[in-house]
Amino acid sequence: MRPRLVVIGNGMAGARTVEEILARGGDFDITMFGDEPYGNYNRIMLSNVLAGVEDESGIFLNDLSWYADNNITLHTGTRIERIDRHAKRVYCEDGTETPYDKLIIATGSRAFVPPIPGLHRPGRGYHQGVFAFRTLDDTRSMIRYAREHERAVVIGGGLLGLEAARGLQNHLPHVTLIHAAGHLMNAQLNEVAGETLRATIEAKLGIEVVVNGRTTEIQGKHAVTGVKLGDGRVIPCDVVVVAAGIRANAEMAAASGLVVERGIVVDDQMRCQDEDDIYAVGECAQHRGETYGLVAPLWDQAKVLADHVTGVNPYAEYHGSQVATKLKVAGVDVAAMGLQAPERDDDESLTFTEPRKGIYKNVIIRDGRLVGATMVGDVKKVAFLMQAFDRGLALPEERAELMFDLGGPAGEVKVEEMADDEQVCNCNGVSKGAICGVVQGGCKTVTGVMDKTRAGKGCGTCKPLVQRIVEWAAGGEVEEDPAASFYVPGIPMPKPELMNAIRLHSLKSVSAVFATLGGEEDAKSKMGLASLLKMMWGGDYVDERDARFINDRVHANIQRDGTFSVVPQMKGGVTTPAQLRRIAEVAEKHDVPMVKLTGGQRIDLLGIPKEKLPEVWADLDMPSGYAYGKSFRTVKTCVGSDFCRFGVGDSTALGIALEERYQGIEGPGKMKLAVTGCPRNCAEAYVKDLGVVAIDGGKWEIYVGGAAGAHIRKGDLLTTVSTPEEVITLTGRFLQYYRENANWLERTYAFVPRVGIDRVREIVVDDADGIAAALDAAMAASVAAYRDPWKDREEPATPGQFRTSLPLTVLPQVPVRA
Amino acid sequence: MRAIGFLDEIPPGEGRTFAVDGEMVAVFRLRDGSVRATQAVCPHKGGPLADGQIDLKQVVCPLHLNAWDLSTGCSLSGQPDVAVYPVRIDDNKILLGE
Repeated sequence: MRPRLVVIGNGMAGARTVEEILARGGDFDITMFGDEPYGNYNRIMLSNVLAGVEDESGIFLNDLSWYADNNITLHTGTRIERIDRHAKRVYCEDGTETPYDKLIIATGSRAFVPPIPGLHRPGRGYHQGVFAFRTLDDTRSMIRYAREHERAVVIGGGLLGLEAARGLQNHLPHVTLIHAAGHLMNAQLNEVAGETLRATIEAKLGIEVVVNGRTTEIQGKHAVTGVKLGDGRVIPCDVVVVAAGIRANAEMAAASGLVVERGIVVDDQMRCQDEDDIYAVGECAQHRGETYGLVAPLWDQAKVLADHVTGVNPYAEYHGSQVATKLKVAGVDVAAMGLQAPERDDDESLTFTEPRKGIYKNVIIRDGRLVGATMVGDVKKVAFLMQAFDRGLALPEERAELMFDLGGPAGEVKVEEMADDEQVCNCNGVSKGAICGVVQGGCKTVTGVMDKTRAGKGCGTCKPLVQRIVEWAAGGEVEEDPAASFYVPGIPMPKPELMNAIRLHSLKSVSAVFATLGGEEDAKSKMGLASLLKMMWGGDYVDERDARFINDRVHANIQRDGTFSVVPQMKGGVTTPAQLRRIAEVAEKHDVPMVKLTGGQRIDLLGIPKEKLPEVWADLDMPSGYAYGKSFRTVKTCVGSDFCRFGVGDSTALGIALEERYQGIEGPGKMKLAVTGCPRNCAEAYVKDLGVVAIDGGKWEIYVGGAAGAHIRKGDLLTTVSTPEEVITLTGRFLQYYRENANWLERTYAFVPRVGIDRVREIVVDDADGIAAALDAAMAASVAAYRDPWKDREEPATPGQFRTSLPLTVLPQVPVRA
Repeated sequence: MRAIGFLDEIPPGEGRTFAVDGEMVAVFRLRDGSVRATQAVCPHKGGPLADGQIDLKQVVCPLHLNAWDLSTGCSLSGQPDVAVYPVRIDDNKILLGE
């Protein structure tokens, strides 16, 4: 015979626990008793039923057929009066008895009704017009009665009272809320937050709120006519709703000999104290001194109980729930978790209030971890806060980010609300579903998922969203990828450590680095190492061509069909008729499919087959413009003071000088510069890795860390100087500092804010660390080592350097534009 | 089995493409001295695999950085697999086929 499982209580806790047991293949004869005459419904939705936004039928969780389908015997409208723990039987009011092998008590809670004179009429229950707010029946009679009346008073300014007040407004014109404590929702909110909520509710909803209001009497002979307060005031009304909290339904358990304090006392397996076969779950249970009135803890409890009773995991333990709530209370967004106020002297507490909009935000941080947060009126950041609170995540150094979105590429997309087929990575066409699939397949690191799906591997804008999806899909089991802090994935060291090791062992080639520091060679690490070694050793670097990306092997940018683009240098975007004529002749001679002006003020010849590159360079006889490398690219300029009637500085000359000096310098990422002759900024210098702006009085402003690609950022003002020479020196020093300290592929728009503009200025401008001379010398060495790579056209550097890799494909395959 | 070219046509750690009976085969010379052969064109967007960067295990396509296992042809980044061919070196000759 299968063991008999009896469940007392058919509410959310009882039914959810049974669902969890069935999901674990629990093999029981199940009998459930509910004292309400219905199947199982979502009690939280009752306020929506009261407000008229939800139909009664919409709140049922399991209809009667669910019980039948799962062979559950359901007794509705049946109250259990007593448990015989020794005979293992439960007794109904009508005397019938039911034996059990395992028993679950899920009797929930009921409305707490304070002892107020006039609330009851002897022998008739509540006075005419008085209602509790707990069950579907309560809700129905309240709606029926309210519709025919004018004025309602709600007693209790907690969550339930607020919901009742809002709901009642749909049925009668005047609602007053009376709360005994000094501010609304005092269990969850501190005083300022509660006050903000009150102001919003009064102003927006027109509900009158009385705090510090002790109800001393319900007046009215045959029906309710008013409520009298402790200060003598009488508030006329014809409906009274009591929502003053809940109490666990534990009397029957206590009478049956179980240990009951504020609820039925359970252990970490949800078993009643000293009982092997009786469990309690939900609002009726008291675990480690806590009773819970919200659903989230209930779900946790149901899982542990089911794990244990089915034997799927006999060691499952419930450790209590950190209560974090996010609710729409009476139409106002409210979120609360953990502490309401700082407790220790060194707790950090941040508060933002904007009373006119009804916004209050507070976060409390202890030892770098979030221990409390309260949000009223604006809960946009709450998803992150709840995660940080639950998991003790590290918090952003910029604490204001806990409360506000301070820009950045990711909008506030709610991961849980995204459809599975919604595209996350718009470069590589990866959907949310694809990312979740890989996580479910067992890959739980962000970088691992990015490698497998290619999500976030295009422009990189979606990386934060990919990270959030992985975190969500892994349900809190995201694994730290240790490689995230490495300069390149194949060598387990951050950049400073790696540079020390390279110096220590005198590692001058990429293969030597792998052999000494990394063990196995890694294709994806080669390019970053090649760049670093070249920067560190200059002319002593042992150049292994396989460490280079194809673009750097052939000094051109590979295109979609395997052809290349050729961009000759055009310093400062200034050209000559002779140069234009030369380019035109080369384009015609080689049938170049497309000639295009670039964003960096140069001319691009597109669709050149690899094997023709040396010939094209020879015909051009111009230096490389480096439009293919992680390197110094170009200096964009405006026409400056020579011609422009607004120009205040010779931007063109300075741009040319900068490009002349720093051409071809390789780095962790591209370096795009601009010099503009006045603050009108025609050369877009504010959004460059380094941008120079001439200002009146012969001065030059230098901005660093700007970007206007996938990521848009205005650069930070580094300093203002008086001469072009200073601009050239500081540019070199800043770029060298960036080269030595930025992570691989970390552009200045990420590097500068990471280090902080103040710190960058200290080093580059003020020389606070005394390294300016060394930076200048290192940059000077790199400058001296410059050699135009397009001069390598006579002798290939390696066998078949320019041999086609698609010999049977007729190239170019791109459309030819005449 | 047939000779399709010479090992010294391929620099260490790089790949080169050879035309064989109207098919294109990318041959890679690994830094441990061994060779691998795959189809020359990436199945994702037609990238030239011989222009990719390699290590002892994988080739990374230069166009979109998808990766394939050089020995099995299995995709390491969610793309279709590539064909791999038996290949070995005999006295500087690249020998393709069983």
